[in-house]
Amino acid sequence: MCTYLTEKIELDGAGKGANGWFTLSQGAVYVDHPYHSTHEHTVNIDFTNPGEGPSARVAVELTEESALALVEAIHKALAAAPPGLASVKR
Amino acid sequence: MSDAMWAGTVAFPGYEDAELEAYLARPLGDRPRGGVVVIHHLPGYDTATKEIVRKFAAHGYAAVCPNLYSREGAGVSPDDQAAAARAKGGVPDEQLVGDVAAASAYLNALDHANGKIGVIGYCSGGRQAFLAACSLPIDAAVDCYGAFVVSNPPEGFPLKATPLLSKAPDLSCPLLGLFGQDDANPTPEEVAVLAAELDKLGKEHDFHIFEGAGHAFFSTDRAAYRPAAAMEGWKKIFDFYGRHLAA
Repeated sequence: MCTYLTEKIELDGAGKGANGWFTLSQGAVYVDHPYHSTHEHTVNIDFTNPGEGPSARVAVELTEESALALVEAIHKALAAAPPGLASVKR
Repeated sequence: MSDAMWAGTVAFPGYEDAELEAYLARPLGDRPRGGVVVIHHLPGYDTATKEIVRKFAAHGYAAVCPNLYSREGAGVSPDDQAAAARAKGGVPDEQLVGDVAAASAYLNALDHANGKIGVIGYCSGGRQAFLAACSLPIDAAVDCYGAFVVSNPPEGFPLKATPLLSKAPDLSCPLLGLFGQDDANPTPEEVAVLAAELDKLGKEHDFHIFEGAGHAFFSTDRAAYRPAAAMEGWKKIFDFYGRHLAA
C-alpha cells in the first residue's frame, strides 16, 4: 500500500532537528512506506514547523507495536503527573 | 569494452522551468546508447534509487533520476523534501510529465545519445512511468508495481493520484509490467484489468506477476526484498530495453 490518511495536528512545544532546537507548530501521523526503516510500512510521525522550512522536522518511523506502546506510555506518564502540569493553560 | 562510468548530481530546468536536481550515471565509452529516466518511489530521491541509476549505466545506458521533490528547496535533505511534498498532496501529474520530458531531453542532448528513451518507475513511480508513457513520446516503459493505475485510491487518500486507465489509448510504447502476487496495490486482479485493456487496444505489453513477492520486491534495503523475483525482474528489464532502446 502506498499510503493512507494523514492525520494532522497543531502542536505547541519544541523539537530538536538536524539544525538544533526549534519551535514546533504542526504534527503529521501517517501509515506509509518509511524513508529509512527496513519495514515495508511504518507509522510515521513528523514534528514540524513549516514556517521555518522543510528541514525544521523531527521524524520517527515506528512499527505498529512501537507506536501503540508510545501512545500508552504517554497516557501513563500523564496519568502519573498532577493533572494539567504540562498544560499550556497552567 | 570499457565498464567505466561517470555518476553524480546534475541540474536542469524541469516543468515550468523549475530548477531540478538529478542524479546522472553514464558510461565513459563512446558507443551510441539509449537513455533511461528513473522515477523514484514515494519516499523520495534516496540512495537505493541512485544505486538503480548506476546499475543502468553499468549496463551501457545513460540514466538519470530527477528529484521530483526538488521544489521543496535546495540543500534540504531528500527525506525532509519528501515529507514536505507529501504534506502538500504529492506531485501533480502535469508536473511529473513535464519533469520526465525535461529529463528525456537532457539525456538526448548528452554525447553518444542514440535518441531512444526508456522510463522506469517503482511504487508511485510505476504509476508515473505509465503516465509518462501515455503523455510523451517514449520508446519503452517499465512499470514496477505501480498502484492506482486502474482503481481509485481509498477514501481520504491525501495524494493527487487518479486512475490512468482512460489514458491507455495514448500509450506511446511497449510496456513491461513487473508485479508481486502478494501485493495489495496493485492486486493481481487490477493488473489483469490493465492487461485486458491493453489487449483490447492492441498495445504491446509484457506483464509478469511473481510468486512469493509483494510490493517493493526490488528494494534491496527493505524487508520486502525478494531476491529471486528481483533477479528475474532485472533480467526482463535489460532484455526489454535491449530490444527497444538499441540504435
